[in-house]
Amino acid sequence: MFTFTLRRLLIAIPTLLIISLVIFLLLEAAPGDPLGEVPLTVPPEVKARMREALGLNSPWYVRYLLWLKQFFWVEPVHLWDALFGTSYGEGMQRVISFQSRQPVMQIIAERLPQTLIVVGLAYVVGVLIALPIGIISAYRQYSWFDNIGTFISMIGFSVPTFFTGVVLIIVFAVKLQWFPSVYDTTLQVTDWASFKAQIRQMVMPVTVLALYNAAQISRFMRASMLDNLGQDYVRTARAKGLTEKVVVLIHVLRNSLIPVVTVIALGVPTIFGGAIITEQVFKVNGLGQQLILSIHANDMPMVMTLTFIFAILIVLFNLVADLLYGILDPRIRYD
Amino acid sequence: MTETEKAPAAAQTTGASLSYRPPRSQWWDVWDQFKTHKGALIGLTIFVLILATILIGPILWTIEPTYVDLRARNQGFSMEHPFGTDQLGRDILSRMMAGGKVSISVGMTAMALSILLGTTIGVLAGYFRRLEGPLMRLTDLFLALPLLPLLLLMVTLFRDPLSKSFGPESGIFLLIVSAIGATSWMQTARIVRGEVLGLKEREFVLAARSIGTPSRRMITRHVLPNVLSPIMVSATLGIASAIITESALSFLGLGFPPDFPTWGRLLFDAVDQMQLYPSRVILPGVAISLTVLSVNYIGDGLRDALDPRIRGR
Repeated sequence: MFTFTLRRLLIAIPTLLIISLVIFLLLEAAPGDPLGEVPLTVPPEVKARMREALGLNSPWYVRYLLWLKQFFWVEPVHLWDALFGTSYGEGMQRVISFQSRQPVMQIIAERLPQTLIVVGLAYVVGVLIALPIGIISAYRQYSWFDNIGTFISMIGFSVPTFFTGVVLIIVFAVKLQWFPSVYDTTLQVTDWASFKAQIRQMVMPVTVLALYNAAQISRFMRASMLDNLGQDYVRTARAKGLTEKVVVLIHVLRNSLIPVVTVIALGVPTIFGGAIITEQVFKVNGLGQQLILSIHANDMPMVMTLTFIFAILIVLFNLVADLLYGILDPRIRYD
Repeated sequence: MTETEKAPAAAQTTGASLSYRPPRSQWWDVWDQFKTHKGALIGLTIFVLILATILIGPILWTIEPTYVDLRARNQGFSMEHPFGTDQLGRDILSRMMAGGKVSISVGMTAMALSILLGTTIGVLAGYFRRLEGPLMRLTDLFLALPLLPLLLLMVTLFRDPLSKSFGPESGIFLLIVSAIGATSWMQTARIVRGEVLGLKEREFVLAARSIGTPSRRMITRHVLPNVLSPIMVSATLGIASAIITESALSFLGLGFPPDFPTWGRLLFDAVDQMQLYPSRVILPGVAISLTVLSVNYIGDGLRDALDPRIRGR
């Protein structure tokens, strides 16, 4: 297991390097000009100086290597400084956003909590809904519960989140006025009233995403339970005289959860990626919304860093899923 | 694939026991099994209806989707305009039909591209051992890419040069189709590779090789027909996800230009006025959802129908 982990980590390094190069070259190939937003009244020599200050004059491989150094060396050093109050990173150039002139990581750190709270909560709620639905659907296959559950999960991943979001806004925010339609990003939770306001504005985005996640996971759960319910060991367990509850909830459930847990792990990167669309619909100021803003503004360092962080998370959680599979399922041995 | 191999044999034996049935191809069996899946049948009906409306509708309903009638702005449902008109007085029914044509053709073309890529890479990786390593590394690499951000990026970055060289409409069409196709072939490639690896061990492949069949003919004659069913299933599901992706791009304002309606674009344009005119949001949204839902059900039914372990029971 240890050698497997080590080998996978070693493979991950070139993978990530290639991905970062791909993203960088894609941005490089683009005709967009980061100075496109600068007013036309700015004289050309000032513009040239600005280009130089942004480091746009050097060839692409120099800038790529510089970005790599900043991302893998300067940023961790600054993180260390921020955590332990040291000042090793002084004088080192961090990754700076073209748009706001702030360090990219600072913006990400500001926006991460919103994304984690809203999208993360939606993921947890989605999993908590999906598991019981999947279990009951499989146990009572082709019953009315199963039929309705299957239909709803089919709807859940056929209806795009921007449409469910907009429908919820029309029904609950415009017609019934139960919840605010736009996420108030300036709200500070200080007392009971503001906590209630925070909950109220989170209800709709969380519902939309939870439904979408639940639809996917409950299908996996159902299929996995069905696979296991027909196994010989289930018959044996029943023949031993175990109660139905023990058979289903202990024997079958534990075995069925193995693939489901890995599916859940594989979905975690999307939490950080922030459901881009849902954040856009409800105007949540998370990472996904930042990505869209930066893409529109040609803010290359921001886009590059954000996309690369998403890529790291995907690679990381792929590994986690594989490892979980090996830990949970004794039939799988990686060595 | 084992299943499709057994299928004709199974059909023959049942044919013999029921005596004197005229010979029939396995596609009739597939269709018979497909018919027993109620959801798939309803899905197929709805999808055909939507297609018919989109293709035949504009011939019967002759108002141009771009015709601006400023005297008839923001009208509700009426005989003259069944779905009302928008803020420029354009007829929403004809815009919906025009939008559906674009949305569905984007879905189909992107699916075709992704299936072509996926099948080629899958077959090559499964059949030629030397190519397997690099091609599967490539697939893993693509699976590790954050796809939606990259799609957004590609569409934003390349929309201007492409619309300059191919015209605004076909340029964006090309861009969106190739972007979606290039980011969605990986599942197909993996499935096809797995199937091909299994096929290669079978006796009929060995027999074909022993009489000196060249690789090209092995692939076109023996391998491809046998991996057809998983490809068909992933093609169907691919249409659904391509339609969703296109409408999501349009919804984020990164899809087709404003005067060129697609369902996602219509929804995006209507969001600003959803408090006053909710129907303009609901109509394209329902159209997208219904199409995707019916296509997904067709895919579900097709998966069951093409699986001979289920078929005939």
